[in-house]
Amino acid sequence: MSHISLKKLTVSYGNHDVLRNITIDIPDRQIIAILGPSGCGKTTLLKSLNRLHDLNEEVRISGDVILDGINIYDPQADILALRKKVGFLSQRPYPLPMSIYDNIAFGPRIHRMNGEQVLRQIELLEKNNAMLGSFSGFNPRIDRSRKNSEMDYLVEYYLRLAGLWEEVKDRLNAPAARLSVGQQQRLALARALAVEPEIVLADEPTSALDPVSAALIEKQFKLLKNNYTIIMVTHILRQAKRLADYVIFLYMGELVEHGPAESFFGSPQDERTRAYISGEIN
Amino acid sequence: MKSRRMEEVLFKWLMIFSLVLVMMALAGIIFVIVLKGASALSLSMLIETPKGGYYLGKEGGIANAIVGSLYLAFGASFLSVILSLPVAFALQREYTSRRVADWTRLVLDILWGIPSIVYGAFAFVVMVYFGIRASLLGGIIVLTLLMLPIMIRSMEEVVRMVPLELKEVSYSLGTTKIETTVSVVLRQVIPGTITAVLLAFGRGIGDAASVLFTTGYTDYMPSSLLDPVASLPLAIFFQAGTAVPEVQDRAYASALVLLIIVLLVNIVSRILERRFSKYVVK
Amino acid sequence: MIVSEDGMTWRQIKNSFGVKILRLSLIFINAIAGVIAIVLIIKAKPLLAHISIVELLLSSDWHPMKGHFGFYPFIVSTLEVTAIAMILSIPVCLLSAIYLSEYAHRRFREFARLAIDILAGIPSVIYGLFGVIVVVPFVQALGNAWGVETTGYSLLAGGIILAIMVSPFIISVSLEVFRMVPIEARESAFALGTTKWEAVKYVILKSARRGIFAAIGLGFTRAFGETMAVMMVVGNVVKIPTSIFDPAYPLPALIANNYGEMMSIPLYDSALLFAALILMIVVGGFSTMSHFILHKTGGQA
Repeated sequence: MSHISLKKLTVSYGNHDVLRNITIDIPDRQIIAILGPSGCGKTTLLKSLNRLHDLNEEVRISGDVILDGINIYDPQADILALRKKVGFLSQRPYPLPMSIYDNIAFGPRIHRMNGEQVLRQIELLEKNNAMLGSFSGFNPRIDRSRKNSEMDYLVEYYLRLAGLWEEVKDRLNAPAARLSVGQQQRLALARALAVEPEIVLADEPTSALDPVSAALIEKQFKLLKNNYTIIMVTHILRQAKRLADYVIFLYMGELVEHGPAESFFGSPQDERTRAYISGEIN
Repeated sequence: MKSRRMEEVLFKWLMIFSLVLVMMALAGIIFVIVLKGASALSLSMLIETPKGGYYLGKEGGIANAIVGSLYLAFGASFLSVILSLPVAFALQREYTSRRVADWTRLVLDILWGIPSIVYGAFAFVVMVYFGIRASLLGGIIVLTLLMLPIMIRSMEEVVRMVPLELKEVSYSLGTTKIETTVSVVLRQVIPGTITAVLLAFGRGIGDAASVLFTTGYTDYMPSSLLDPVASLPLAIFFQAGTAVPEVQDRAYASALVLLIIVLLVNIVSRILERRFSKYVVK
Repeated sequence: MIVSEDGMTWRQIKNSFGVKILRLSLIFINAIAGVIAIVLIIKAKPLLAHISIVELLLSSDWHPMKGHFGFYPFIVSTLEVTAIAMILSIPVCLLSAIYLSEYAHRRFREFARLAIDILAGIPSVIYGLFGVIVVVPFVQALGNAWGVETTGYSLLAGGIILAIMVSPFIISVSLEVFRMVPIEARESAFALGTTKWEAVKYVILKSARRGIFAAIGLGFTRAFGETMAVMMVVGNVVKIPTSIFDPAYPLPALIANNYGEMMSIPLYDSALLFAALILMIVVGGFSTMSHFILHKTGGQA
């Protein structure tokens, strides 16, 4: 199980500090919610965890983000391997310009996972958890007469994991862009999971969705936390109360308070935290 | 893993190589023209007209071509602006329906793409029909035709950028369409209009194919609208290929002068664009 | 008083006058395209009455004095020189645009944009002059190294010069199209662990595919009708070129070189204007195609 911790992480955009001196140890195999009023650096924090800021030349980062003992910002670090370990779900889903099937298969193909590796991966997962109990009708059968049947298996597995299989099983070759937003977000979840990350980052994953799709995503998250560490940015307090095992509260770029959800919501220490929870600051 | 990185490195090198090729082409052209032209350039070259008969004479300079080109380009620009501004304004929603505007934009795109030699051939036919000789007037007419699509396109872009809210504010005060257009829109687009004119000017002054049939050529300074006139592009074209070195020199000097004019126009329009964009309401 | 008065106020008169002028200008600009097409067709008709269009387009017999007008060598020359230009410039331009869009720092990108703008503004004759001074000897040397006898005035020289002329347009339009691909597209790919190049290959190029075609179409129209620069380096010999080192005679050059004789030989003027008509139709067709591609993509060239 991969482990992330931050040491004095500071992120600035131009002259302006967005995050200051964040130091925290992220617990494993839980849903961690990052809370805070808008504009206080939640998304920035999330994107620092998989070096997505590399895309933006105006961003400066200092401090360490340590994944499994290695600072991911070390120039020697292997970014591609990092990103395979840390999956990302953006606020608005962006389907890759290809079919539903290819969207899921994209990650594994890129990382050149061959059929055997895929199979081994799935067998391991099936052994480790009872998740498949929730997959009624999933009959793990590899038909060796068909080419690529390992990839078919994998695509079906992750689509089921994301709660999308039933809706798209008849049109796997249709362009992913034709799905509804809620379906696209679940597709994005399946796509992210297909490269077998150990940590999943989610940036307001349900804010663009209708209530039904949002509930579906939340349900999948609750299932997934048995095997993955899920770090989720949200501005919906009630969602955090529903889902989070651990809460991180950011205010104006600073880490104000963090802790297990019960004690965080039950007896907040800092008065800013209290103000936020009671709805005074937004 | 390694092959993926190698593929990227390979393509990165190819990309850089391509860019270098393009930059070298630009540098090469400027370098060659400056080299050949500078040695031929002198004050007398700029001020005198060719002597020795039928533009192949050995003495004299290129003043006829310089002045001729300036007359042609200024005349055509003036005519173009008068015709372009109304079209640019007329394409706004308050004057024409979407369909007509879209259709007109298609026509403009087609006109933009028509090769200048076709404009030249067309103008030649028209001139023969009306009994107009190859002259300054003919050249101005052709260049106007050539410049119109370029000017209108740029002007239209600027007019389009005038925010709807601004116009609404004006209309809600009870103005007529023309009043808003003249008092509000026009003022906003003046800087952009100047840039559009400069852009078209630069294109027009350098064009040879269109003036080939329609202006004739002469050793003398432009005297009347109905007489043939010399131009820098034709000065280059007719004189570059001769065996007589003094005549060739005139061609090179013309090339350098033309290049300088075009570069100057480019630089000036950039500076103006930057300076004026401060004043435009966003 | 809210009720309007009888007759028009001065403001209303000004307004309707102004609106009429604006409407007129629209009619005018639309009419120009039509007039040009009509005039060319009218002037070309006599030729078509005399010789069938099939013969005009496919015959290689070009003897105007005898009344034979086979345009085939010119059509082939035009197509070939354009093809060479496209083959040379498309990969170079796309790769350059990708680099500028995805790999370069903003400052460098702006600098490159500036350079490309300047390249786009250089007049055709100056390209031609450069071609005569640099490209033609280069092609000659290249040919000799290959064991081919050539003066350098050739299809290849024309193609090279055209490729340089067309590059700024293809690069700048492609660059714009790439920048329009939303950042989430790149984020999605990167988050899955792709390299930058893989993101380009699988996501950006696909999303921008239409715009790239439009850019190429635009480049093609520019190349097809380009006259002076090509004319100065391509040799202008009426013969179907058999190798890239052979001279060629594209349609625009045909018109430009012979307009003087237009009036003296019967049907020659028709022939040259027929050539102009061909140019207009081909270029018009491609412009239209690019126009619709770009407007469907939601961007502006």
